[in-house]
Amino acid sequence: MPNMTLLQAVRDGLMTEMALDKRIVLMGEDVGHNGGVFRATEGLQKEFGEERVMDTPLAESGIIGLAVGMALNGLRPVPEIQFMDFIFPAFDQIVSEVAKIRYRSGGEFTCPMVIRTPYGGGIKGGHYHSQSAETYFTNTPGLKVVIPSNPYDTKGLLIASLRDEDPVLFMEPKRLYRSLKGEVPDGPYTVEIGKANVVRQGTDVTLIAWGAMVQVALKAAELCEPRGASCEVVDLRTLVPLDEETILESVKKTGRVVIVQEAPKTCGFASEVSALIAEEAILYLEAPITRVTGFDTPFPYTLEHVYLPDPERVALAVGKVKNF
Amino acid sequence: MSKIDAMKKKLGLKKKAKMALAPKRLAKKSSGTGTTKPVKQADKAILRSAQESKGAKPLDGTKGLPVSGSYRNDLERVLDDKNQANKNEPKLSRDTLLEMYRNMVLTRLYDERGMMLQRQGRIGFYVPSFGQEAIQTGTAAALAKSDWIFPSYREPGVFLYRGADVYHMLCNLWGNSADVCKGRQMPVHYSFKELRLFSVSSPISTQVIQATGASLASVLKGEKDIAITYFGDGGTSENDFHTGLTFAGAMKTPTVFICTNNQTAISVPSHKQCGAKRLADKAIGYGMPGIAVDGNDILAVYNATKEAVDRARRGDGPTMIECVTYRVGPHSSSDDPTRYRHEETYEFWKKRDPIIRFREYLIGKKFWSVKEDEALTEDLKAKLADAVERAEAQPPPGIEDVFNDVYAELTPQLLRQREAMLEEQRLRGEFENTSVAFPL
Repeated sequence: MPNMTLLQAVRDGLMTEMALDKRIVLMGEDVGHNGGVFRATEGLQKEFGEERVMDTPLAESGIIGLAVGMALNGLRPVPEIQFMDFIFPAFDQIVSEVAKIRYRSGGEFTCPMVIRTPYGGGIKGGHYHSQSAETYFTNTPGLKVVIPSNPYDTKGLLIASLRDEDPVLFMEPKRLYRSLKGEVPDGPYTVEIGKANVVRQGTDVTLIAWGAMVQVALKAAELCEPRGASCEVVDLRTLVPLDEETILESVKKTGRVVIVQEAPKTCGFASEVSALIAEEAILYLEAPITRVTGFDTPFPYTLEHVYLPDPERVALAVGKVKNF
Repeated sequence: MSKIDAMKKKLGLKKKAKMALAPKRLAKKSSGTGTTKPVKQADKAILRSAQESKGAKPLDGTKGLPVSGSYRNDLERVLDDKNQANKNEPKLSRDTLLEMYRNMVLTRLYDERGMMLQRQGRIGFYVPSFGQEAIQTGTAAALAKSDWIFPSYREPGVFLYRGADVYHMLCNLWGNSADVCKGRQMPVHYSFKELRLFSVSSPISTQVIQATGASLASVLKGEKDIAITYFGDGGTSENDFHTGLTFAGAMKTPTVFICTNNQTAISVPSHKQCGAKRLADKAIGYGMPGIAVDGNDILAVYNATKEAVDRARRGDGPTMIECVTYRVGPHSSSDDPTRYRHEETYEFWKKRDPIIRFREYLIGKKFWSVKEDEALTEDLKAKLADAVERAEAQPPPGIEDVFNDVYAELTPQLLRQREAMLEEQRLRGEFENTSVAFPL
């Protein structure tokens, strides 16, 4: 089985599915000739032609609005937003249009598309190349929000998203683009949207994370093992729809939970997971539900290592809930 | 075979990189062997629009009115002040002309009915298009049946001309169980997929860039359909107007942009909306022809649209058409235009009623008579009354329908929320409707 980086898995997923589904059209700033600023679409224009891998004018709302029209007219567009920090000009098209078209037309019109966007910090990107903006979209019914954490899931979830009849926001953890490698099967396969994955078994504390924070949680679990805490790590993989069963099953087993997110604390997705556990499993808890998150500040440049949750910060939180 | 399957098959027949992308298609033409003429025509049209709007003068009767900024002699016209056609009279059959006239009258009656139903408290809200009937019918008449339409919320006449059933449009006003949109939107936000009439949105101009995308998809699929989209003078200030025309200009998509310049965005007059003397001039900056027409002259509207549709269909790119008119009614059933309108301007335009102008033209050509006109009005009124009666009798959607069509299938979360809602209903009885009237 080939060993690939997460970035190569993105490219492989796109290439594999584009060969099978001629409706798929990639589009965005620099995705064509240049192969994307991260090279996620490297060589795809050469392979599939300018008609299926299109460079667009520099306007995010235009890219998404164009994709809406293409999807309505039978294509399967895959617009790329170069950095998630630049998605906000397209917010109206995504939230008012993409997410609502099926509902508002009584199910007549649909606009399935996969909005790909690199997100997150740890690459010295300052606040306009580092944000983790999932919460703006998880509060928008009509969108699915998918965030892979490793190369295998990246390809499988991407192909599943391309085959989904609903619009998917596909957030790619860019700090792992080249730093994380893993085995990725040849050819098409899917990882089911809406299913979380228990990536490490444990008995004392449940760590819940998604995207780049899954690696942080796994490293924290390793730190905690010799300190006497056995951690289970749940990778959500999909925020909408959320796999509540897997979360609750793990929490009921361990009785302690730490939720790790990159985004600011207030009203982050960790708050939603926390509320879910409080509503559905409070009698199983041995300690307060704890969140380890980014701070309620804009994303800092020089001090990003202070802002971002790291394994030690997570391990400290594990120690607190373990000894509560 | 489903449409998608057919398309897949069609695309599958072509090897990679063989779908004709618009820029390439056009680049080939302009590079010179044989078919350079259409491109030259498009360039000429750009020049024409630029030259004519420079130094244009206000039209007669507008002196001293704030409207004179828009209503100038650079507007393309067919009907003169006596409502006789000039040399640009389109070659349309009597049947087509009468079909267009009938649609204008139906649009007016439908709007009157909509306002009345709202005033009687039978529906919650209505958006009339009084005075703008020529633009709706004149543009729609220039389209092929398979062309895509991306309307705004003030185009009932476009829906009617394309063949939307009055009964189903009325069901939308009640948001009842027979409404195609299942009561999910406010009144007048119609959607008819079979007719390629895209679902109406409330945010302004979002449909403009979507029309560019739909027409691009037609090119990529090797189809001949074009897309037309509608927006107002206020809509040209929006981001999506800019992206829609930017992308269309860069990609040379087969898109027709109809700006209904009714000179008011709710209460804000168009001279406070934009510094440009002529909104059609904006088109030049996007690399497409911008044509300005008298929007109360249905034949001028038809001519300009036909030229733009033909240009788009033969692969020569997009066009923007500014149709200058005036909204003689309120913005919506919740609006009082006497708070902001200029009374002399209003009176000026009231006299230029597009339906009267077209009727006088038809009578002048001996295609129509006052007697026939009365009979038509009676007939349409009776049909409307019948459709109103049937639509009003439909029950609202079932309460569990609130969860459908968010996604292709209900998510576990929605299933649980639906279950909880039905349980709540068992405990409390029927949900009480405490909504107050829409305030805007």
